[in-house]
Amino acid sequence: MFIRNMQHTLKSPIFVFVSMFQPLMYLLLFMPLLNGLGSVPGLPSGKAVDVFIPGLLVLEALFGTAFVGFSLIDDIRTGVIERFLVTPVSRSAILLGRVLRDAVVLLVQCVLITLVALPFGLSVNVGGFLLSLLLYALIGITMASISYGFALIYKIEDALAPTLNTITLPVSLLSGIILPLALAPIWLQDLAKINPFSYAVNATRALFAGNFQNIGIVEGFVVIGILAILVFEWGLRSLKKMAS
Amino acid sequence: MIEDLVIETKGLRKTFISKERRGKKEVEAVKGIDLAVRKGEIFGFLGPNGAGKSTTQKMLSTLLCPTGGEAKVLGFDLADQQEQIRQNVGCVSQAGGADMASTGVENLVLQAQLYGLDALTAKKYAAEFVERFQMTSFIGRPASSYSGGQKRRLDIALGMINHPQLLLLDEPTTGLDPQSRAYLWGEIKKLKAEGVTVFLSTQYMDEADKLCDIIAIIDNGKIIVTGTPGELKSSVGGDTIVFSFLSEEIARNAEALLTEKVQVEKVQISNNSIHLNIKDGERMMPELLRSLDAKNLEAQSVMLSRPSLDDVFLKYTGRSLREDEHIK
Repeated sequence: MFIRNMQHTLKSPIFVFVSMFQPLMYLLLFMPLLNGLGSVPGLPSGKAVDVFIPGLLVLEALFGTAFVGFSLIDDIRTGVIERFLVTPVSRSAILLGRVLRDAVVLLVQCVLITLVALPFGLSVNVGGFLLSLLLYALIGITMASISYGFALIYKIEDALAPTLNTITLPVSLLSGIILPLALAPIWLQDLAKINPFSYAVNATRALFAGNFQNIGIVEGFVVIGILAILVFEWGLRSLKKMAS
Repeated sequence: MIEDLVIETKGLRKTFISKERRGKKEVEAVKGIDLAVRKGEIFGFLGPNGAGKSTTQKMLSTLLCPTGGEAKVLGFDLADQQEQIRQNVGCVSQAGGADMASTGVENLVLQAQLYGLDALTAKKYAAEFVERFQMTSFIGRPASSYSGGQKRRLDIALGMINHPQLLLLDEPTTGLDPQSRAYLWGEIKKLKAEGVTVFLSTQYMDEADKLCDIIAIIDNGKIIVTGTPGELKSSVGGDTIVFSFLSEEIARNAEALLTEKVQVEKVQISNNSIHLNIKDGERMMPELLRSLDAKNLEAQSVMLSRPSLDDVFLKYTGRSLREDEHIK
């Protein structure tokens, strides 16, 4: 199943790049603003680019995979999913094949964005970066599963887009990607603590900087890992529920 | 269970819950049907749109869980042997389900692999079906470029890639050109010759009439009548014989003679013709002609028509199947 989905993506590789435009826009049009903020209290120490890029990649992981559900709706409508379901293939393979494809596409995007960011002065710990990729993959699997789960429930595009926006927007705002949460009032910071993705942002920033002792790294992997498993199971249940 | 029953259902039901503005509403798509499909036959499941054909087929192929009733497919229980059913039944849905972005070959190979075949065997099976359905000329192109008939052939090949003992076909010829239809009919007959049982949903009378050994007519979620095409047609009543004469006067005289001579169910005169509704018309006709000749009531032309399945549908549902087709 993974190979089939990969073939699809390779047939229209242009979309891999199109979905990279958003983070590149942030990189080119927003990051220069951060350089001017250098001494604002609460901004983590270090160059703006080193703090910003890891978060940006989390953002890409969130938005890049959030809308994959639309492709599933198309497959439901044309009967492709039913054609898979009448075979004895395991239900989880049908979903896992897509989710893994989405994760691979995401990783390609993350590597490319990082390469583009290098000339902007990004300094990154290579080992930390590789571990970060694993974290992004988990985020991608989480968001893709959520997206597919809702696609299987709604089966129409109209309801899917607003639902996904409702999830991605607060989650990204509350993760301290664009501006550090240290600037936020206490209640907002507390709110951010229940956002699993803010743990991911902390973890990947520590990894990029090479601070492997940082407890945030473990927290990030545990939180996102558990979340990924839970939402995948939920997506799988939605797939099985199509039968009733 | 009788040995050679391939599909056996008892009171199979499916109720959908549709959410509406004021609470939930239950829609009974299939209202308890009993089916008995014997091995090796083409079983026609005939009914208008929305009758419950697709819902039934989806239950039989494990895509939908029945709300009630029980069913055995190939001897496997629908409730707890879904895996075995999936492995041994082929299924072609109305939508088809070919992946438009992939080529026909890719579609076929993947489908074979989903049945647990290794890559090499999957390719062999794919090649076999490419040849069988004469798809060599187009199968390497993406499915999105296929004509309706070509796509349908691919759909059916996809449904058969596991060499099933039972093939479920949901309206395989809907929307096809006459040539493709005739081609598919030939292929379905070939399947029967190979011993494959075919469960064919259709809304076309002529298709059911030509292909099927047994027809069950479904309307509004219920099976109304089951029988061979011949049985169903003779249940409607007799044949119609139309005699045409030179004048209305002769026609009236002929009518008097004929009604006296034989038991007719219905007789009508229009212009110079008599329409007789009569049992066993084929055998009665020569005798009727002889007695007309004996009285010098010479018929200009004679026409015999047998009842069609359209008449069957009309008799049992009070509606014409064609009316429904127009509404859609």
